[in-house]
Amino acid sequence: MATRIQFENSCEVGVFSKLTNAYCLVAIGGSENFYSVFEAELADVIPVVKTSIGGTRIIGRLCAGNKKGLLLPHTTTDQELQHLRNSLPDQVVVQRIDERLSALGNCISCNDHGDVIKRYETSLETEELIADVLGVEVFRQTVAGNILVGSYCAFSNRGGLVHPHTSIEDLDELSTLLQVPLVAGTVNRGSEVIAAGMTVNDWTAFCGSDTTATELSVIESVFKLREAQPSSIVDEMRKSLIDSCV
Amino acid sequence: MSDLSASGMFVPSQTVGTVLCCICGVAMPPNPANMCVGCLRSRVDITEGLTRHAAVVHCPECRSYLQPPRTWLRGLEPESKELLAFCLRRLRLPLRRVRLVHAEFIWTEPHSKRLRLRLRVQAEALHGAILEQSHLVELTVHDRLCDACSRSQANPDQWSAAVQLRQHVSHRRTFFYLEQLILRHSAAARALRIGETDHGLDFFFGSRSHALKFVDFITGVVPVRSRSDKQLVSHDPKSNLYNYKHTFSVEICPVCREDLICLPPKLANALGNLGPLVLCTKVTNSIALLDPFTLRSAFLDANQYWRAPFKALLTGRQLVEYIVLDVEVESAEVSVGGFRYMLAHAQVARVADFGKNDTMFTIKTHLGHLLTPGDYALGYDLYAANSNDFEIEQHKGLILPEALLVRKSYQEKRTKNRGKARSWKLKSLNMDVDTTAKGRADEEKRNTEYEEFLRDLEENPEMRFNISLYRNKEYQPSEMASTADGEDVPTIPLEELLADLDLSEDEESEETDNMKE
Repeated sequence: MATRIQFENSCEVGVFSKLTNAYCLVAIGGSENFYSVFEAELADVIPVVKTSIGGTRIIGRLCAGNKKGLLLPHTTTDQELQHLRNSLPDQVVVQRIDERLSALGNCISCNDHGDVIKRYETSLETEELIADVLGVEVFRQTVAGNILVGSYCAFSNRGGLVHPHTSIEDLDELSTLLQVPLVAGTVNRGSEVIAAGMTVNDWTAFCGSDTTATELSVIESVFKLREAQPSSIVDEMRKSLIDSCV
Repeated sequence: MSDLSASGMFVPSQTVGTVLCCICGVAMPPNPANMCVGCLRSRVDITEGLTRHAAVVHCPECRSYLQPPRTWLRGLEPESKELLAFCLRRLRLPLRRVRLVHAEFIWTEPHSKRLRLRLRVQAEALHGAILEQSHLVELTVHDRLCDACSRSQANPDQWSAAVQLRQHVSHRRTFFYLEQLILRHSAAARALRIGETDHGLDFFFGSRSHALKFVDFITGVVPVRSRSDKQLVSHDPKSNLYNYKHTFSVEICPVCREDLICLPPKLANALGNLGPLVLCTKVTNSIALLDPFTLRSAFLDANQYWRAPFKALLTGRQLVEYIVLDVEVESAEVSVGGFRYMLAHAQVARVADFGKNDTMFTIKTHLGHLLTPGDYALGYDLYAANSNDFEIEQHKGLILPEALLVRKSYQEKRTKNRGKARSWKLKSLNMDVDTTAKGRADEEKRNTEYEEFLRDLEENPEMRFNISLYRNKEYQPSEMASTADGEDVPTIPLEELLADLDLSEDEESEETDNMKE
């Protein structure tokens, strides 16, 4: 299910939160509303952690992560790092990297299956580090001519939404690399900065409250959120296991 | 992109995909707002704030439009580009916000007193998406007489400035020429009335600035001396209003082309011992003088002339016809101030004496390149002239030549086609001429002078350079004449003539006339 929320009158919810299949990071806001929506949706499945990164609230744009790991920029304080290490599940590797481009969320976009799109200018060491921490394969790509790939696309293990100006050829190329279906679309009533307007994992998505019904239906269908529940994945796996056993 | 493909690099083709309109969900090519045109239009109205109604003030008498605060624009035809531009200016579109792409008139009945415009405007709607929309504007035409018309309706002959143009010479040549210049430049278009008087013309204007402009124009074409005076007509001391009648007295210098001048000794010295016998070759806003014996020339501008004014010793009316008996070239051809001359010794005799006595003169002339034995030439007969000019007596030891040739004469050849119409004609100013006072003699003199002026124009390409000649429709060239005298008489080539637009003619002839011949 996709949910429409607002962070202190701003619809750019992807900026203030980071959602993966194993954990959810939420910025520390003035009121509890934003946090409690996440809490209500996710609390019984994954930990929802309130944090800041480098003292700022724009955590969604500063960090990059999936269920295996979390990359933090060099601006992260030791205290924040410690807090995250304590709060996140043990199997999640939390790593602070020394990369010049500190808005990692804008440069990197990833899901769990070894698919990373990465901005051109990041250094080689960072690339290795990304592969190690997130356990993924790294591709350098652009989305509709934009090098800030992390801002202009959002994807999970089941699907992805990219910048509306992406050509059909680019769309094909990206979906072959990532092995998930992709579609060009918008959030927040025509906004092109997809990842800023929404945050998504395999069974749920949070969008800015400006998002129209049409956009919401596109999001739900491409990320396959209607049939998705945290338990349904296990059910499906079990079904196939039983199939193979029998 | 094209640079890359030209360098041989592979460039993948880019197909524009479709996205769903974020409002209605219809598939469409992506745009900056990511909304389909229908949704965008229903949300954003770019014509909001543009005026839909306006008023223009129109003078029904002179058909001009008021450009506030008080300029009246003439010549704005209905449905013309100029009127459209005027209307758009009146609308004061916020051109920073919207861009005007197209504008046109929608036809309206003239009596409806409405001007309707259809505009197409572009403006940025959302996130840089440009929207184009059509916009209808209705302008109401309010009729009001303009100041000039209301004044002329009150008293049509009310002038407030007069220009008195005078030249104290015995002929009207200068005024014939000036008339053409004024017509060509429509310098007197604002004149309420033009009257002819002794030695000149009077121009009456509605305002002082029009008169000043006219005086400026005259100053630019002939050397003049002018002064202005004003007479108080009425005044209102309470509101400090004064109503004057202005008079400009403009005197044209009496020296004309082809006049023989004896320079005052001081001026001759100042011009480097020029002359003192000189010919005036040209009069524009300066006077060109030529010494026919040395081919030196000098220019005098109006200031210089009026500081030490002089008169002509002999004028163009006193020219006498000579026959050239022999020419002996003395020097090579030289070019002085755009004219070509050649010094020569010539033996000439007066045509009047020819066959009666053996009086011959051997003289020096500057027309060596034109004259051949047997030619006729016009010149000043100093041998017979009884000059009591003050200037001549001031020059001590000045020996006057017996004759001084001025130009070649085509009199003999022209007698053949005397009385025939010319292939061209001139326009004339609408002047009030008082014919009753002076009688028939004056009218005849006027006609001969006009004929002389026309002949001058034919012989002088430089003179007609500044004036407009029109094709004469009545003229039919006869084969007889063209075969008989083709060679020598200077005429005006057809290329120089303008076709006169005459709307009273039927359509067929008009078509041919409209082409510039």
